[in-house]
Amino acid sequence: MNAIEILGLTKEYGGQPVVDRLELSIPAGELFALLGVNGAGKSTTIRMLSCLTVPTQGDAQLMGRSVRAESHAAKEILAVSPQETAVAPGLTVTENLELMAGIYGRPRERVEQVMGRLGLEQWARARAKTLSGGWQRRLSIAMALVSQPEVLFLDEPTLGLDVLARRELWGVIRGLKGHTTIILTTHYLEEAESLADRIGVMNAGRLRAVGTAAELKALAGCESFEDAFVALAGEEAAS
Amino acid sequence: MRVRAFARRNMKELLRDPLTLFFGLGFPLVLLVLMDTIQRNVPVHIFELKTLAPGIALFGLTFLALFSGLLIAKDRSTSFLARLAASPMTAADFLLGYLLPLLPMAVGQSVICLAAAVALGLPLSWNLPAVVAVLIPSALLFIALGLLCGTLFNDKQVGGVCGALLTNVTAWLAGIWFDLSLVGGAFQAVAYALPFVHGAEGAKAALAGDWAALPGHLLVVSAWAAAILALAVALFRRRLIER
Repeated sequence: MNAIEILGLTKEYGGQPVVDRLELSIPAGELFALLGVNGAGKSTTIRMLSCLTVPTQGDAQLMGRSVRAESHAAKEILAVSPQETAVAPGLTVTENLELMAGIYGRPRERVEQVMGRLGLEQWARARAKTLSGGWQRRLSIAMALVSQPEVLFLDEPTLGLDVLARRELWGVIRGLKGHTTIILTTHYLEEAESLADRIGVMNAGRLRAVGTAAELKALAGCESFEDAFVALAGEEAAS
Repeated sequence: MRVRAFARRNMKELLRDPLTLFFGLGFPLVLLVLMDTIQRNVPVHIFELKTLAPGIALFGLTFLALFSGLLIAKDRSTSFLARLAASPMTAADFLLGYLLPLLPMAVGQSVICLAAAVALGLPLSWNLPAVVAVLIPSALLFIALGLLCGTLFNDKQVGGVCGALLTNVTAWLAGIWFDLSLVGGAFQAVAYALPFVHGAEGAKAALAGDWAALPGHLLVVSAWAAAILALAVALFRRRLIER
């Protein structure tokens, strides 16, 4: 079963398409990485799929719920971990998680479960603003997971983190694979290569290529994934 | 459930900010004591407690606009609001969540201000609870102004508009420090077209037991509060989801 069906999704600003007739199907439980240079349309795509921006044309269905016609129902099953760390700074780690559990009507036990899963117990009573960048990012992801989303959007989840913190978060994200359908955007190519089941390369609002890392390397005729990305995104952009 | 969870978060954020406590509770008390001290040392009646206390109670409520405005503006400046906007929360959930924690703060603020006035010599009477009740529409007005400003401006702009401009406008146009008829003319006409003087005069009327004067003042304040709240809700809804 496909968890996400994107059908001609388009967003225009001032008549200019930022996302142009996007077509994509993502099976349930898959981790799909969306790659592209700045301005490729990744974040706008995520905003439309998470019901934060209304598409100009087309539609998308999350577990059969239209983001246009049934956005409230779609919001019940999706969660977003935005690019910028999105926590309530004056609340403790526990209180941040309780806030999200309360909004989604989840029981208190869910807070304990997520805190344990992401290793946040040691910081349970610390205010979010006192945490390091890595722990804030981890809390941000935990806040997205409290609602037990069926579809999770991770927008640049490791941006600005050091190598160790990034690797730790990769472990957390790997642990979600199979249970939750994830769309991950990133500028770190090795992140996509390491974590994703499939990868999509966007440029100028269009989806230029979709496949596994190995398939994309074969498609571009390159040894390294970075060369393949540059070839796929660059060539198409030039054309 | 959603409103309760969000309102609880907002209450905690507000109460954990020392500036909220200082400006919300401390500053009006400082003004009250200062003006009362001046009154005790001058031979004419300028700042009598029976007019000063309700006026300063109203003035203290202007800081609610600053608190609600800053809360929304700060949330808007980070991805925190985007996270919540992608949740099942509706625009009404957001606005109620921002508004509800500030109402008990408003009541507490008025009670503390009037209690301080009693300690300074204002006679204790059953009209005091009525003053607190009469100030509730004014509290809603200032909270709504904060929600509107927080929706339109960033946190620095909110600080300027709600912190400096609104407190000054209220101080001048509510007739707290002087009788507006002393200026008269267009100044007085503008002041009476706005809600602030009606909030102050309603509170003074309640303290004096002049119940006949209350409905007119309450009607003006409530109408302004409802209009500004409706505008804030409409604009917030537009800004929450990009079209």
